[in-house]
Formats: sequence, structure tokens, C-alpha cells
Amino acid sequence: MTTTFQGFRRPSGAVGVRNHVLVLPSVMCANHVVDRIGRAVPEVVTVNHPIGCSQVGADFEQTKRTMAGFAANGNVAAVLVVGLGCESNESKALAHEIATRGQRVEVIGIQETGNTSETIARGIEIARQLVREVSAYERTTCALSELILGTECGGSDGFSGITANPALGHAADRLVGAGGTVILAEVPELVGAEHLLAQRATAPVAAKLFELIERVEARARMMHVDMRYGNPTQGNIAGGITTIEEKSLGAAYKGGSTPLREVVEYAERPSERGLVVMDTPGHDIEQMTGMVAGGAQVVVFTTGRGTPTGSPIAPVVKVATNSAMFERMRENMDVDAGTIVTGTRTLEQVGDEIFEWIVEAANGRETAAEVLGFHDFAINRIGPSF
Amino acid sequence: MPLSLDGAALRLKDDDDVAVALRPLDPGVPVRFPDAEIVPSVAIPTGHKIALRAVAAGALVHKYGQPIGRASAPIVPGDHVHVHNVDGVRGRGDLAEATT
Repeated sequence: MTTTFQGFRRPSGAVGVRNHVLVLPSVMCANHVVDRIGRAVPEVVTVNHPIGCSQVGADFEQTKRTMAGFAANGNVAAVLVVGLGCESNESKALAHEIATRGQRVEVIGIQETGNTSETIARGIEIARQLVREVSAYERTTCALSELILGTECGGSDGFSGITANPALGHAADRLVGAGGTVILAEVPELVGAEHLLAQRATAPVAAKLFELIERVEARARMMHVDMRYGNPTQGNIAGGITTIEEKSLGAAYKGGSTPLREVVEYAERPSERGLVVMDTPGHDIEQMTGMVAGGAQVVVFTTGRGTPTGSPIAPVVKVATNSAMFERMRENMDVDAGTIVTGTRTLEQVGDEIFEWIVEAANGRETAAEVLGFHDFAINRIGPSF
Repeated sequence: MPLSLDGAALRLKDDDDVAVALRPLDPGVPVRFPDAEIVPSVAIPTGHKIALRAVAAGALVHKYGQPIGRASAPIVPGDHVHVHNVDGVRGRGDLAEATT
């Protein structure tokens, strides 16, 4: 039985499965400089986003928590923060927060450096230096109990709740059995299934879960809308899903069958091991970013319609719910769970393949989304820009 | 006995009102379960639901052994069960004013 993998151990104590240098803009005004650094130093990963200024309150706190958590993920060996200078998400404060989490970090500001070209040149210099520095890291034996797995379903169809999600649940149970942590998220897609999860939780954890579900339904009431067509989407409906309850009952299988230990906020790192619910929207990329910012080093993503997304810093294992889509989008998929209904493999066999993929991805095997170069990134907003 | 004899449809829980089509079901071609035979009234696409029993308008519809919504029109065995005859009960902010 597998209990270990070959990962990277950071001075902070964090454990990673990749050895990235991340170049992160503290504000959208630095996106261009970040892009140019990434073009000149292809060994780094870069992200872009449209935020980091004119933000206040809980929304601002969530943005800062997400950026710092993402940058401090064990998959990142070193970070270069690029700021403008006058932004609300002050780059030096962000770098300080990243450093507080034990991460190696450098920071440059465009207004302080003077001129775009000079900042790009300085950024390239620092990025090259960080790449050299992190090449000294070697993989070492780490316990599976140090893994946090993010689970996600996107582009769901009528097979999601029959094949890929229960198979992922089997893999999730195996990881929890090995002492690891599994994040179940996309709370709008737990509406109608929350009572089943609550049965596996202590009263305070169940109460927090019900509170998150109520936030979703309160938003629908405030907007006087039926969630349907926003979620489930037109594509979900074309795939056979009729209501949010039906989608949720299928989605909840991803978390497996172990007790629900904790409910955390968006991008908050779990303090418990085992199964954890994170408050994220169903928006695939905001969810993925939130889970990775909460410490997930590996993500498994099930899809029926065929969702190609991938994280800039974490391997995302793609599981097709049906064989027809698996064949049509072979390049984007890693596992075919459609074989469960064609009768060629059992749910447990596919679940074991997913578990093995998690371990192999942790060991360094590249997923389809990594080979294709996806680096999608989006932070969930909970308030307006001012 | 959740799977139909010819593997065309899957009933997930014994008490479910619906089964899931594992391949396209043709109207008039019976789907045989060990304890029942259901004749699709219309073409039912793969991944979509076929009614196994009658559900009165307004009654809950069950899949996975759980309610997935309420029938918005009478459903008879063999019907395609989807957005045209089932509404969600949850996340219905559109009904908020009527119920408060």
C-alpha cells in the first residue's frame, strides 16, 4: 500500500509536488511587466488578474489571503511580487505576508524602479536568480498525509454522479485513509445534498455548512432568481442534469464517505486532516484558485462536457465522466471513468486509477493540462470595486 | 437490480422514480428491468432521465434515493424527465416574494 511520494520539502515545512518560481502581480497594473518577465524567463510561471486596487473590507481581505496562500503553496519554491506603487494591495505588504508564511520572496515596484523597461529588466534579473536558486531543491520522500487534494467537477453531465464523481470519492477515501486531506468545494453545488454531508459532521461543523448553503440561497432570494440556467448551466442541462439538487447530489460524491472534519472559508488553509468543505463558488477557475491558495498541491477535476482548465502551479488530473467525450478530447483528459458504465471497469478500479494518478502527479508526472500549458487563475470577489 | 437487462438504462436506487439512459433510448423500444418494462414515449438522449413510474404534478421526483425537484406537470412511465416537467425546489429566489 502506497503511503509516500517524492516531493519537495520547503524550509517553512510546507511540502510541494512542483518546484515553481511564481511571478505574481499585486495589482492588474503590473500584469504587463509580469508577462514580459515570463516571456524572457520561460522557466517561471506567471499569473494575471484584473484586481488588487480599489478594494475594501472582506473582499480585500479575501484577495490578500488568496494571493498570499497561492504564493506560499508548497508547489512554489520562490516568488517575485511585482507591484505598481500606488495600489491598495501594496506589493511590499503582500511580499511581507508571503514571507511571514515562510516563503522565499522578492518584490519590485514599477513606480519605485522607474520606467516599464527598467522594471522588466530588473524583474528578469531577479527571476533568473530565483530559477538558479530553486534548482538546488531535490525531491525527497514525503508522507501522503502531507497532501491536500482539491476536488472539482466542471461541465457536469448526467454521468458525473454515476461514474467520475463516485470514483473520485473512492480515491478521496483512500487518501483520507492514508492521513491526507481532501477539499470538497463549490458550495452552490452542494445545495440539496448538504443534509447528507451534515450527517457525517459534528454539530458545529454541520452548522457552519448549513450557514454556507444559506448564503447561496439568500443570494438567489436577494436577486429574485431561480439558480437554474446559472447553475446548472445550459451545458449541464443539455447533458441531462435538471435541477441544482440533482447536480449537487452527484457532485457531493467527490468527497467520498469519510466524516466531514471542518468547513473553511475561501482560500483558507484547513487546520484539520481528512475531508474538509471550502466555501467557493461553482466557477471552475475561482474554485481551483481558492483550493490551491488553501494549500492543495494536487487537484482532481471531473468533467462530462470537457473542461480543459489547469492551474499555473498545481497538477490538475482530468477525469472524463463518459468515454465519448474522453475519445473526442483525448488530449485534454487523463482518466476515462466512462468505462464504469460500459462495464469494462468497476467504480473501485477507476477510483484506484485516480488515486494512483494523484500519487504519480505528486511524484512529478505531468497531467494533460500541464503538458498543454494551462495556467488559469481567478480570485473570487465578494464585494464591488470602489 | 438497478441496471436494465440490456444495459440501456440505470436505476441508481430502488425507490427512484427515474433511470438514467446509458445510451440513446428510442421511442417505442422497451427498456426491460427485471421487475418492469418501460417503453420510452419519446427519444431520450444519453445521460438523460426516463420515468419509471407515474409522478403527479407537484409531487417530488427522486433520483439517488433523494428528491431532485418537483414535477411541474404529470409524469407517466416512459416520459423524458427534464426541465420541461421538473422544477427545482432549492435555490428558487424567484419564488421568494410569493413565499414570504
